[in-house]
Amino acid sequence: MKHSIRTTSLFHFAALGALLVLNTLQGCRPTTTQAVVQGDAASKVYVRPGAYDEFYNFVSGGFSGQMSVYGIPSGRLLRHIPVFSQDPQSGWGYSEETKPMLTTTHGFIPWDDSHHPELSQTNGIPDGKWCFINGNNTPRIALVDLGTFRTKSIIEIPNCAGNHSSPFTTGNSEYVVAGTRFSIPMGADAERDVPIESYRENFKGTVSFIHPEPESGKLSIAFQIITPGMDFDLSHAGKGPSEGWFFFSCYNSEQAYSLMEVNASQRDKDFIMAVNWKKAEQYAKEGKGRKVPVEYYSNWWNEETHSGESTIMKEVLQLDPRELKDIVYFMPCPKSPHGCDVDPTGQYIVGSGKLAALIPVFQFSKIQEAIAKNDVEGDFAGIPVLKYQSVIKGEVKKPGLGPLHTEFDDKGFAYTSFFVSSEIVKWSLETLEPVDRVPTYYSIGHLCVPGGDSKKPWGKYVIAYNKITKDRYLPTGPELAQSAQLFSIDGDKMELLLDFPTIGEPHYAQALPAELVKPREVKFFDINKNKHPYLAKGEKETRIERKGKEVHIWMTTIRSHFTPDNVEGVKLGDEVYFHVTNLEQDWDVPHGFAVKGGATAELLIMPGETQTLKWVPDQIGVVPFYCTDFCSALHQEMQGYLRVSPAGSSVELKAETRSVDAGS
Amino acid sequence: MRTIGTTLRALSGAALLSLMACGGGDTAPSYTPPAPETPVATANEAATPHVALFTEADLKLGDIDPAMKEKGKTTYDVKCQACHSTGENRIVGPGWKGLTTKRKPEWIMNMIVHTDAMLETDAEAQKMLEECLVRMPNQNLSHDEAREVLEFMRTL
Repeated sequence: MKHSIRTTSLFHFAALGALLVLNTLQGCRPTTTQAVVQGDAASKVYVRPGAYDEFYNFVSGGFSGQMSVYGIPSGRLLRHIPVFSQDPQSGWGYSEETKPMLTTTHGFIPWDDSHHPELSQTNGIPDGKWCFINGNNTPRIALVDLGTFRTKSIIEIPNCAGNHSSPFTTGNSEYVVAGTRFSIPMGADAERDVPIESYRENFKGTVSFIHPEPESGKLSIAFQIITPGMDFDLSHAGKGPSEGWFFFSCYNSEQAYSLMEVNASQRDKDFIMAVNWKKAEQYAKEGKGRKVPVEYYSNWWNEETHSGESTIMKEVLQLDPRELKDIVYFMPCPKSPHGCDVDPTGQYIVGSGKLAALIPVFQFSKIQEAIAKNDVEGDFAGIPVLKYQSVIKGEVKKPGLGPLHTEFDDKGFAYTSFFVSSEIVKWSLETLEPVDRVPTYYSIGHLCVPGGDSKKPWGKYVIAYNKITKDRYLPTGPELAQSAQLFSIDGDKMELLLDFPTIGEPHYAQALPAELVKPREVKFFDINKNKHPYLAKGEKETRIERKGKEVHIWMTTIRSHFTPDNVEGVKLGDEVYFHVTNLEQDWDVPHGFAVKGGATAELLIMPGETQTLKWVPDQIGVVPFYCTDFCSALHQEMQGYLRVSPAGSSVELKAETRSVDAGS
Repeated sequence: MRTIGTTLRALSGAALLSLMACGGGDTAPSYTPPAPETPVATANEAATPHVALFTEADLKLGDIDPAMKEKGKTTYDVKCQACHSTGENRIVGPGWKGLTTKRKPEWIMNMIVHTDAMLETDAEAQKMLEECLVRMPNQNLSHDEAREVLEFMRTL
């Protein structure tokens, strides 16, 4: 269902689909939704209080713009990580330090639609270092650091609209890719201001290869491949024998630009686009690309200054496969392919034609043979199209309706989600025969096996991320949480174990063993390494300073008081900046900071960190501020006063905490 | 995605129904929650690592070392001063003036470095918590830093 569930016609369709599923289930009584749960399911998901889950599960927040983290098998929500959207709980996107992270060429953008978490890899295996996620609406890629569980980098993608087939990684996270869903006209102003009906002539697509700098996690665009106008949907890197290649699903080879549901569904086959990225990388290094003027932001979180830094980039290196003829090939794939998934051995590429009644399985060795023999059926806008029959291993026949995505286990089986028939089908990569199927409640989109798109799946569970929830939980009015379902896959039969609700619409998700992440955890920030320009390293460095209309307050927190906690001399017309340093040096002792009438949010300051809240007084009087995060038995005493005087007042500027021990 | 809608509407509902899986077995929906295999851990058990406390033998106090004292003062300003005055009065925790004459050096070192363990096991530390009501933070000082703070404290 992806991104467009909120469109009217689609909603009708979704509702119809759900009703059909419900009807079908009723038709199959006595099997109810409860009855499919086996007797010992509870013991398989029970994680006793104080014990830890076996896997971390990173789940896209969908239209919340964030990423949530669950424990598996318990389904417990561990964190909701702010990424592309403002988060009042942490001050993300509200504090002065975090604002640069959400800045783009469109200005400050406080929201996005996040779809696909992708764990960084070493040797084709998730390594627990980072998790990438895409912003679909205002095209961006984010990198979340799994030491801090914080967003460390966000890069804007130029020449992109609807950043959907992203951010999938190469086997050593040399690159993550960003493919545009919407093709668009590019170039100078006059080249972009063209009639929509000139799509075929003027609209182009791009896939960008983004390089994360291994130490800092800074993101930059290494090169961008320009393609014929169409829609890019999903992608995955090759591995093993197909290492060095990347595969993208594309639809709308009709090059339609209106009433897409009809006009983009005319052809029997669209494409999987195979990209030889090693070759493209070589061409880029040899200077065979073209530097094109663009503007985009690369934002990076500096952990020493505890501040975001924006860099405005001015050009991008483009490669044109019509000139560099051996980097891009099209492979026909039935009916608007969605998922594009590579098996753990790297031999097979599974395309899921979402309107097809079969699943084609492409074979990498045959793709190479077809390229070597120039076994093509023609070209599409100047790019060779390989013969379908020459590049497939075979087809999974009549597996179900509406195949979307495929993940893999470590025993040679594939698990494909079927949106229309609302089920997961397990099939053999060897025989291409279905071997098991389970219903999902309701209308599954993505699915996740821990490590299930890597060289090393941990094939214990498959998790379904469903688009429709309906009657699965206690009702909560018209708007419902969406639903994930956990199935065990370590036996021959898939077995439903657990439902758990999710935040936003969960698109893709990834999971990996907790042991790969836990040793990286940062518990607090060393205050002696804090290089924030407004750091108060100890109460002796707290002070207040006026710079014209700006009043800066260097403030500290420790259980349980602010220094200073009495401020006077602020006047109407001033802008007050509270620079709050948390002096604590222990795990799990954040302090919060909120001031009456604050038009932004609170700050939540981790130990050793400095964060800044801008506040503009609008009324004369004495205004309270306080700690919002219960920090000790005397938390309720952690409060202070700020006096606001009229503009032009002669009240002296001062900030202090009145000591009990004035002599010391 | 809207394309699916078209196709779906083009198909008859009946045709779809016949393709749907019924799924699952017919096992009765009952289960007994399992008993925990081991006793449930408390938060404190989980949070308190086993530590080797300082003993009298670990600490050799001689004449005041001015360099150590200066380093201790620097650490004090960043990590301790917010709660401890150098006078006699309590801010959050006790003032430090004369403290080394009232407490043994190993007790002070343990409070600084092994704060949680002390608050859970040491009667004197627990008595202080009852008075101050704010649990002393572990400010994650290294052993050397704690020793330097002790040296500074000895000059007060």
